[in-house]
Amino acid sequence: MVGAASVLSVLLLVGLVAADVLTDHALSGLPAADALHVKVVGRQWWWEVHYGQNGNDAPTFTTANELHVPVGRVVIVELEAADVIHTFWVPNLHGKKDMIPGRPATIVFRADRPGAFRGQCAEFCGAEHALMAFPVVAESRADFQQWALRQSASAVPAGDEITRRGQALFQENDCAKCHTVRGTDATGTIGPDLTHLGSRQSLAAGTVANDHANLAKWIAAPGSIKPGTTMPATAFNDEELRSVVAYLESLR
Amino acid sequence: MSAESKDQATLPDEATTVLDVRHLPTFAFGPRSIMWWSTMGLILIESTVFAISIVSYFYLRSVASAWPINAAQPDLLWGTVNTGIMVLSLLPNQLAKNASERKDRQACAIWMTACLLCAIAFLVVRGFEFATLRVNWDTNAYGSIVWLLLGLHTTHLITDALDSAVLAALLFVGPFEPKRFVDVNESGMYWYFVVIAWIPIYGTIYWAPRL
Amino acid sequence: MMPDGVHRHGDHLLDGGLDQAVVNALARTWSDPPSWTGALSAINHKTVSRRFMVTTFVFFLLAGLFALAIRLQLARPDNHLFDPDLYNQLFTMHGTAMMFLFAVPVMQAVALYLVPLMIGTRSVAFPRMNAYAYWVFLFGGLLLFGAFAVGSGPNTGWFSYVPLSGPDYSPGKGVDIWAQMITFTELSSLLVAIVLITTILKMRAPGMTLSRMPLFVWATLVTQFMVLFAMPAVMFGSTALILDRLVGTHFYNPANGGDVLLWQHVFWFFGHPEVYLIFIPPLGFISSIIATFTGRPIFGYPAMVMALIVTAFLAFGLWVHHMFATNIPELGKSFFTAASLMIAIPSGIQIFCWLATLCTGRIVLRTPMYFVLAFFFILVLGGLTGVMLGSVSLDLQVHDTYFVVAHLHYVLLGGAVFPLFGAFFFWFPKFTGRMLNERLGLWQFWLFFVGFNVAFFPMHWLGLHGMPRRVWTYPAGMGWETMNFVATIGAFTIGLSVLLFLINVVLAYRHLPGAPSDPWNADGLEWTIPSPPPPHNFDRLPVVRSRSPAWEENTSATAIGGLAADAREVLITSAVEAKPDLRVLFPTSSIWPFISAVATTVLFIGSIYTPWAVVWGSIPVSIAVAVWFWPDKNDTQTALSLERHP
Repeated sequence: MVGAASVLSVLLLVGLVAADVLTDHALSGLPAADALHVKVVGRQWWWEVHYGQNGNDAPTFTTANELHVPVGRVVIVELEAADVIHTFWVPNLHGKKDMIPGRPATIVFRADRPGAFRGQCAEFCGAEHALMAFPVVAESRADFQQWALRQSASAVPAGDEITRRGQALFQENDCAKCHTVRGTDATGTIGPDLTHLGSRQSLAAGTVANDHANLAKWIAAPGSIKPGTTMPATAFNDEELRSVVAYLESLR
Repeated sequence: MSAESKDQATLPDEATTVLDVRHLPTFAFGPRSIMWWSTMGLILIESTVFAISIVSYFYLRSVASAWPINAAQPDLLWGTVNTGIMVLSLLPNQLAKNASERKDRQACAIWMTACLLCAIAFLVVRGFEFATLRVNWDTNAYGSIVWLLLGLHTTHLITDALDSAVLAALLFVGPFEPKRFVDVNESGMYWYFVVIAWIPIYGTIYWAPRL
Repeated sequence: MMPDGVHRHGDHLLDGGLDQAVVNALARTWSDPPSWTGALSAINHKTVSRRFMVTTFVFFLLAGLFALAIRLQLARPDNHLFDPDLYNQLFTMHGTAMMFLFAVPVMQAVALYLVPLMIGTRSVAFPRMNAYAYWVFLFGGLLLFGAFAVGSGPNTGWFSYVPLSGPDYSPGKGVDIWAQMITFTELSSLLVAIVLITTILKMRAPGMTLSRMPLFVWATLVTQFMVLFAMPAVMFGSTALILDRLVGTHFYNPANGGDVLLWQHVFWFFGHPEVYLIFIPPLGFISSIIATFTGRPIFGYPAMVMALIVTAFLAFGLWVHHMFATNIPELGKSFFTAASLMIAIPSGIQIFCWLATLCTGRIVLRTPMYFVLAFFFILVLGGLTGVMLGSVSLDLQVHDTYFVVAHLHYVLLGGAVFPLFGAFFFWFPKFTGRMLNERLGLWQFWLFFVGFNVAFFPMHWLGLHGMPRRVWTYPAGMGWETMNFVATIGAFTIGLSVLLFLINVVLAYRHLPGAPSDPWNADGLEWTIPSPPPPHNFDRLPVVRSRSPAWEENTSATAIGGLAADAREVLITSAVEAKPDLRVLFPTSSIWPFISAVATTVLFIGSIYTPWAVVWGSIPVSIAVAVWFWPDKNDTQTALSLERHP
């Protein structure tokens, strides 16, 4: 009896190994020709995203904490880490892949239907590992092209008085030391590129919705949304804060 | 194990009420002694440590684009001199081991002292070795692993020198009992290990960068 | 042949007789010295093991409290009960303490008590080294909890992946303390492994050949060999980590030729076998308990032993399955998938053998048996999810999610903690001379069993729905709220169950000891001696003629005679056949193992603050160890008077 049960277990396990190898093979067989190349760099605790790095994927631009992909086209994501290990994971699109300092890797997937999917860091990466997410928007090829074109443009110049005031404050205070707004004097690279911040769905790496109240709160007291974040609190008064928020919201 | 059989009592039949073990010896050499088992355990552990360190050396080498990383090859002279002294030291070591099996306390004491002097000689030469590695531990990963390998082995030299010193002192002055011959014997076995373990480490540190 | 009575050889009183004077002399000889210096000098294996067990159990309780804190934080979304830093310390402490300070050492601790009793001898080998190992372990554990208490506990997870745990991203002393705690506990573990291997191979009662050894002793032997090969890897890893942090080496720094994955390889080369270090000894508990409560020997003894050995070998071929999400070549992954699934085979064989035993025996349902039956249910579930995780494509989805949290708790609690509680109930009368209350025991069991499943089953679901591990909070609206709340209720039910166990122990201590020597009609040698055993374990050392000596009428027929009763003489037997070979004089109590452990602690802790501590700290260590080794004049006299040359 024990012998028969053991033999049965062995057969079952051998079957499972075979099934596993075949599944793996099928999953890794996505065609690489005509793929869209995106580079994502994991940072404590946000995602830096580069489009058009591969040459044939015009336009070229940098954004953060949000990924757009065209439906039906294979996407090759090059993964890097700037500080510690992070893991790129969008459960509804594919499995996960580690972003390891010194060891670049890629993950390949294809979105078969349009929609918004939540991605998040899956490797413990320090204080704010929990609040390191990002939305992925899968959209039609036309919508994607349009989005990419707009993202590649420089920032909309500040139009009215309040946004000009906001831009000046942004530039004079420490904001510009860490953030880039393309087309302006703000060229910091420590924090996310904010050129089109107003177009993004979320703030603080997928932590809260990108709305007026959250943006003001995030600028005034980042620690209240994301304790342990590397973004420092600011000392703007109400009027200054309103101006900066208005400026950032205008960056669409 | 034929050595085991000569003093062993055979099991009594079931009718016997007491199995008398009074006649059994109180010490023996080799696997019959529990000291042999603890020394072997130690050797297994430390062989594993050395093996993992050497594998890590080649692992780091496999991810590096050039090897040694930004450093000259280590100077062969002192490492090779030390290898020579170590191999030579196996002679007094074996003589101490033989003396212990003859249960000759005086010869044990003399040869243990000779081993101790050898150990001190390696430690001095080891100092020159560190100086001629031509890389620092904090220069890069190559420097780190080379210093770790050499440092690990040096730790063994130091502990074995201390062990030999205590044992030699015991042989000269201590309250003595013949089971200390077993300690001398096991110390000799351990010394063989320290010398034999050096050969692959020597090859890794001094010759692998030249391949 | 010698008639019963008092015998002398030279000045020495010999054992083997039934005379009270001999028994009294033996008890005096093997007792630990009185007073507090005596307590620090104690080396009797039962004393050291009892301390070891209590210490590991206290660490278990503390780590369990951390788990409850974690569950409180996660009970609802966006909870701000703890800040992320404290939460990260809590889960790091929970994992570290459970794995390094409880699960592995508790198995060694129990073995240190039971093995000499099961194999019929008076001590473990190298009892002073054993005491030293305990003190080193205690100080390592105190260091970790002390650091947490003063707010500088480690916060990089029990696996402490670099570069997060490296000098650039974890300033402060937390990770240094974590790494040195590894050094303490692994040193202790390695020494205990040598003690147990030598004890098992050289100190078995005459007649207890390898093929008559109790399965628990086999499980312990196999485990200790695994310790010898697994622990050095993590010691290498943690040493390199601390060197990177303190003296600027670059083992793990990719900017200077180091490699981040090197840490993961050495950590999991240790970490995966570690699961089996935790899981194999309980297989021995289960065999003892099942044999006792079915009244028959375990079915398929040779198959059981082979399965243990095969498991130990395969356990070293699995480590990469913790790293499937890294950039490992596909072929390598397939190999490790196959190995990961194949290890299910020996576990399956053992389960089938136990089932066959249960089917053919008369089952008596007592508390230990409930815990064992629960083991089958839980471990099979944990094993199945393990097979799922071994598959690369599935693993890439559920890796680092709560699915893995569920899996590992099913394996470790089901595979180790349930049998361990069963073992505590089973051997408690032997350890203490007191019985635990059966009715409270059943309450504890059912609360534990239900609480466990309520706590951990929903975590499978959470993982499949995308909840990552090691998150201090999670947003509302992800659909994770209910299951997390349920899991928290389950966790507190487990807490209540453990509280009942503590109450049961306290109640037992309010009675005088009065447990019979064999309350269960069990089969092992340990049940042929009083509960608790006298300092010398056996009044008359047994000769063994079967695998179930306590069930054989003729075991007590032959005893060993001729060892000194007024000196610590121990019978050494041959490794395979267990034929009487030597009578060796064992060391007497000494405070120097304790002092050496204190000196070692000063060296290790000092090295966290300055590398020079390794230099000056080694001076007191060398002196203490030399004094420890230096023979006492009286002991030498005794040795000379007993001496016989080979």
